Amino acid sequence: MGRLHLDIVTPVKRLRSAEVHMVVVPGAEGDFGVLAGHAPVLSTLRPGFVEIYASPGAEPQRIPVDGGLAEVNASSVTILTGDIPLLG
Amino acid sequence: MPSLKSLKLRIASVRSTQKITRAMNLVATAKLRGAQAAALAGRPFAEGAARVIGNLAVNMTGPEAPKLLTGTGRDQTHLLVVVTSERGLCGAYNANIVRLARRRADDLLAQGRTVKLYVVGRKGRAPLQRTHGRHVIATRSIEGRKILAFAEAKVLADDLIARFSAGEFDVAHILYAYYRSALVQVPTEERLIPVRRPEVGDRLPAAIEFEPSPEAILTELLPRSVAAQIYQCLLEARASEEGARMTAMDSATRNAGEMLGRLTLTYNRTRQAAITKELIEIISGAEAV
Repeated sequence: MGRLHLDIVTPVKRLRSAEVHMVVVPGAEGDFGVLAGHAPVLSTLRPGFVEIYASPGAEPQRIPVDGGLAEVNASSVTILTGDIPLLG
Repeated sequence: MPSLKSLKLRIASVRSTQKITRAMNLVATAKLRGAQAAALAGRPFAEGAARVIGNLAVNMTGPEAPKLLTGTGRDQTHLLVVVTSERGLCGAYNANIVRLARRRADDLLAQGRTVKLYVVGRKGRAPLQRTHGRHVIATRSIEGRKILAFAEAKVLADDLIARFSAGEFDVAHILYAYYRSALVQVPTEERLIPVRRPEVGDRLPAAIEFEPSPEAILTELLPRSVAAQIYQCLLEARASEEGARMTAMDSATRNAGEMLGRLTLTYNRTRQAAITKELIEIISGAEAV
């Protein structure tokens, strides 16, 4: 299975742009995990944390989001969210 | 002829003015770079949002569609958001923006529309209040920090959207100076509300699933997109302002240099004249003895 390309962008800057194993996204209708090969989805987000798993079984990296949007397709996840100051 | 003493004082004063204008020129250069970099960094978001809005907007015509996208269905009350600077000493920058705002306002009034002005920045307030005071509904200052905070744009966007929802206006445009180069800033008008429908470049996959619904997604995204657009305009305006200031301070520095040259020449001539006069006095004194 291929890797998943993750982009987290805010109006201020591109917060993350990386190849990852899995992303868990706080969707409006519940958290969902995304692996490479996921069906295309466009979902709104709740305020919460995006969890990034760089490799299988790794400690997730948590990035706070204030809501926004996740665009998922088979090879990439793009998260459009707000600028949260003091986090970089 | 002015005395040596007073010439000396003037030279010192012009020299220290020149130091200030030169320093302002350098500071403006640095700030200009900062604003440009920030505007560039915000582009991926604008592109992502435009892609989603463009794709979803095509099918948005029903009564469910967000008002921010479809508008109120009327074209009567126009809001002009005029972005000017907080500080002066930037040449004709503010005058140009104010001129565009006046022209647009008068055009709209001539067409029988209602015009409301929302003035951002201290420098546009007084001149617009003077000629179009009745139309100014709000003024706002932008904190003069080094880096423009996104929060400024967010607050402005939230205020505009609240006013739009309250039915205060039908259409909103933002007027700001587009940065072409340090020498050329073009006063520009851009529509904010209803949100522009971007060209659909690449399509979303046909089998895409929407959670919870396309309408909900737009409702979440549109206010963010308006804030992002305002942020981009503010950064653009900031770059233009610093560019204008750079140019203005550059010519001020040059003018001060020319003035120094002239003053130094006068000073030296006056000094020489005094010396010559003294010599003549001594010689003619000696001859008389």
